[in-house]
Amino acid sequence: MAAVTVLSAERLSISFGGVRALDGVSFDVASGIVFSIIGPNGAGKTTLFNLISGLSVPHDGHVRLCGKDVTALPPEQLARRGLSRTFQNLQIFSHLTAVENVMVGRHRHEVTGIVADLLHLPAVGRQNRRTRERAAAALARVGLEDVAEWPAGSLAYGDLKRLEIARALASEPTVLLLDEPAAGCNPVETREIEDIIRGIVDDDVTVVLVEHDMRLVMNVSDRIHVLANGRTLAEGAAAEVRMNPAVIEAYLGVRGTSEPALAVG
Amino acid sequence: MSVLALLDRFRLPQHRLVSLLPLAALILLLPLLFPSAYYYRVAALIFIFAIAGLGLNLLMGFAGQVSLGHAGFMGVGAYAVAIGPSHLGIPPLLSFVLGALLSALVAFVVGRPILRLKGHYLAVATLGFGVLLAIVFTNEANWTGGPDGMTVPRLILFHWPLRGAETWYWILAASFLVGAALALNLIDSPTGRALRAIHDSEIAARVLGVDVAEKKLMIFIVSAVYASVAGSYLALINGYITPDVSGFLRSIELVAMVVLGGMGSVVGSLVGSAVLVILPQALTLFHDYEHLVLGLIVMGVMIFLRGGIVPSVAAALRGWRP
Amino acid sequence: MAEFLQFVFSGLTVGAIYALVAIGFTLIYNASDVVNFAQGEFVMLGGLTTVFLGYAGVPLPLAALVAVLLTTAVGLALYRFAIMTAREANAVTLIIITIGASIFLRGVAEVVFDKRFHSLPPLFGSDPIRVGGAAILPQSLLVLAGALIIVVLLWAFIDRTLFGKAVIATSANRVAARLVGIDTRIIVGACFALSAAIGAIAGILITPITLTSYNAGTLLALKGFAAVMLGGIGSAAGAVVGGVLLGLLEALAAGYVSASYKDAVAFLVILAVLFAMPQGLFGRAKFERV
Repeated sequence: MAAVTVLSAERLSISFGGVRALDGVSFDVASGIVFSIIGPNGAGKTTLFNLISGLSVPHDGHVRLCGKDVTALPPEQLARRGLSRTFQNLQIFSHLTAVENVMVGRHRHEVTGIVADLLHLPAVGRQNRRTRERAAAALARVGLEDVAEWPAGSLAYGDLKRLEIARALASEPTVLLLDEPAAGCNPVETREIEDIIRGIVDDDVTVVLVEHDMRLVMNVSDRIHVLANGRTLAEGAAAEVRMNPAVIEAYLGVRGTSEPALAVG
Repeated sequence: MSVLALLDRFRLPQHRLVSLLPLAALILLLPLLFPSAYYYRVAALIFIFAIAGLGLNLLMGFAGQVSLGHAGFMGVGAYAVAIGPSHLGIPPLLSFVLGALLSALVAFVVGRPILRLKGHYLAVATLGFGVLLAIVFTNEANWTGGPDGMTVPRLILFHWPLRGAETWYWILAASFLVGAALALNLIDSPTGRALRAIHDSEIAARVLGVDVAEKKLMIFIVSAVYASVAGSYLALINGYITPDVSGFLRSIELVAMVVLGGMGSVVGSLVGSAVLVILPQALTLFHDYEHLVLGLIVMGVMIFLRGGIVPSVAAALRGWRP
Repeated sequence: MAEFLQFVFSGLTVGAIYALVAIGFTLIYNASDVVNFAQGEFVMLGGLTTVFLGYAGVPLPLAALVAVLLTTAVGLALYRFAIMTAREANAVTLIIITIGASIFLRGVAEVVFDKRFHSLPPLFGSDPIRVGGAAILPQSLLVLAGALIIVVLLWAFIDRTLFGKAVIATSANRVAARLVGIDTRIIVGACFALSAAIGAIAGILITPITLTSYNAGTLLALKGFAAVMLGGIGSAAGAVVGGVLLGLLEALAAGYVSASYKDAVAFLVILAVLFAMPQGLFGRAKFERV
C-alpha cells in the first residue's frame, strides 16, 4: 500500500527572545502510523507541537497537512481540516461534565447557527442528541463511560488524560497530536493509554506522539524522531533509533556504550 | 401514563421547562398579593433589569467575559424609543426594533477589537466605552435633551395606548419569560457549549474548531440586544429618560446584580435584579445613603458572595453532591 | 500663539494631577496587581476634608495635614478590609471591588460633606503671571512644583532606602519576596498608604484651581487610568509622562476641537492605546509562553 504523507514539517524554525528553540526541523508522517517525537527536556518538543497545531507561527519553514500548506493557520481552522491535539498540562473544561467536554469535541461537525440555537429549532434538538451519542461512544472507547455526568473538575488526573484524548477523537481528526498523554500516569494507566493509542491507529487516525515514557514509545511507535537542542538528532524505525549512539549520548551523556539507552522492559 | 414518562418517551426537553414553569406560576400568582399599582410597577422594573441581567449573564456567567459598560446599550435602546418618534417620526414600536438593531451594530463594531482583550484590560475598555456613550448622550442636547433628558412618547399598540402599571407588568413578565427561554435554549445548544468551553479554556476550544473570536462577538451582540430591549422598556414605562440610564453607576449595578444573583443562573438574573431594585425603594427614607449602600453591596458581593445567591442556595439544597 | 500657550499651561497643570493619580495607581498595581479605582477618591477626600476642616475653623496648614493623614488611613483601611479579605480574587473581581469602594467613599462624602462645589484659597494669591501673552496662575506653578517634588521624593525613597528595595522586590515577584523574609502585606499596605497620601496632596494642590466636589473622584480615576495605559502599565516614568501628555491632549482638544467632549479624550486614549499599542509608551510587550 502506498504511503500517503498526511503531515510534514519542512525546516521549521522559531526563536524566543534570542534563544533558537527550533532550528530547521523536518519530517514526514505517513498515514496510519504512530510517529513519536522524543528528546531530552528543553529539546523543543512542545514548541514543535505548538507550531504544528497553530498556536505559534514559525519564523521559518512550513507545515503541510495532507499536502496543503497550513503554516500560518489558526488552531480552529486546522481543526476543521482534521488536525486535533491534547495538552501536556491539560486544558480541560472543568465546569462542564465529562460528556459535555467530549461534546465540544464534536463542534466542527455541528452545523446549527446562533439563531437556530437561540430558538432551539428541531434541528438543534436532533443535533444535540447525535452529538451526545457520539460523545458517549468516544467516552466508552477510553473507558470513561461511568463518569460521563460528573463535572470534569472532579475527575482524577489519569481520567482527565483519557478525557482529553476522547475529546480530541470526537472531532474525527485525520491527524491526532498527543502531547505527553502518559505524563504523571502510573504503569497501569500508561498501559491503558497504550491500548487506546493502538485502538486509535486501528481506526485509521494518524498519531503523532510526544512522550517521555520510553517503554510506551517503544511499544507503540512505528517511527521515532529524536530532537535535541531544537535540532533533529536522528529519525528512523524504533529499533534503529534505540541503538543510535548519538541518541544514547544525548540522553545519557555517555560515549560509546553498547547498551541501548532506551530499554524496553 | 404519567407526565414525566410521557416527557421521557418523547425526549422532550425536560430541563428547560422545569425551571420556567414554577417561575411562570409565580408570575401568575404574585399579583394576588399586590395591594396597589405601586407593586406592579416595582415588579415591572425588576423584570426590566432582569432582562438586561439575562444578557449580561450570558456574556459574563457563561462566556466568562466582562462588560463594565453595559448600561451604554441600555442607553441606546432607551434613546431610540425617545428620539425615533420625537425627532424622526418613526413609530415607537419600530423605534424599539431599530434600537435593538442599532445596539447590535454598535456591539458588532466595538466588540470585534475590544473582545481581543482580556482581564482588566477588557474591563477598562468596556468601562471606557460605556462612559463614552454616556458622554455622547449628555452632550448631544439637540437630539437627547442633554443632561436633563427628554420625554418618551407613549407606545400605542393597535390604537391601544400602553399605560398603567398592571399592563406593563404582564408585558414585561412575558418578555422576561421569552428572554429566559431564549437564554436557556442557547445554553443547551452547540453555541452554548462552545461559550462555556471558552470560559474554561480558550486554547482547547480553538483546537477543537471553535472560532472563539466569533463566538465572543456573537454573545456580546446578543447581550447588547437584551440590554437595548431593557433600556427601551425602561424609557417607555417611565415616559422620561436621562443620560443616567447609560451611566457608569448603572453599569456597575448591572454587574453587581448578575454576580449577586449568580453568574450562569437564569433565575439568578431575576433574584439579583429584585435585590437591586427593591433596595433603593426600601431606602427612600435614606435616599442620601443610596450610593454608600450601593458601594457596600458591590464590595460585599464581590468579596463574599462571588458564587451568587442562587447557585449557593441550590448547592446547599443538593447537599454538596460532588 | 498666546492661546496655544494658555492651553499648554492648563494642560500641564491638570496633567500634573493626572500624573500623581497615575503614580498612585502604579505603586499599588506594581506591588499587588490591583487596579485601584478608588485612587480618584483619595484626591477628592484630600481636597474636601481640608475644605470642611477649614470651615470648622481649623487653620489651613493643619487642616491639610489632617486631611492627608485621614486619607492615608482610608487607603490602609481599603487595603485591609476590601483587598486583603478578597483572597485569591482574579483581576476583574479586584477591579470591581475597588469600584465598589470608590462608590462607597463617594457615598460617604455625599453624606458627610455635601453635594456642592468647594474651593480652597490659593497659596500665593490669585493674580496670574503673564508669560508670553498667556496667563498662568501661581497655584499652577505650585501644582507643577509639588508634583515634581513628590515624584523625586518617591523615586529617592524607592531607589535609595531599604524599604524601597523591598517594594521593588515585592513588585518583581511576590512569592520570592516572601521567601526572603519580606512581609509583603506590610509592603502592599504601605503602597496603599503612600498612594492615598500622594492622592490627597494632589487634591489639596488642585482644589484652588479646579474646585472639588463629592463626585470628582470617578472621572479622575478613569483619567488616571488612561494616563497609566498611555505610559505603560507598571512603569512609573510612564505614569508621569502619560499623565502630563493626557493633560495636554485634553486641554488642546478642549481648546481646538470641542470643550464639551473634553472628558471623552481620556476614554478615546484608553481605547486607542488598548488597540494600537497595549503596552503603552514605556511598557514592555508581555511575553507569554503557551
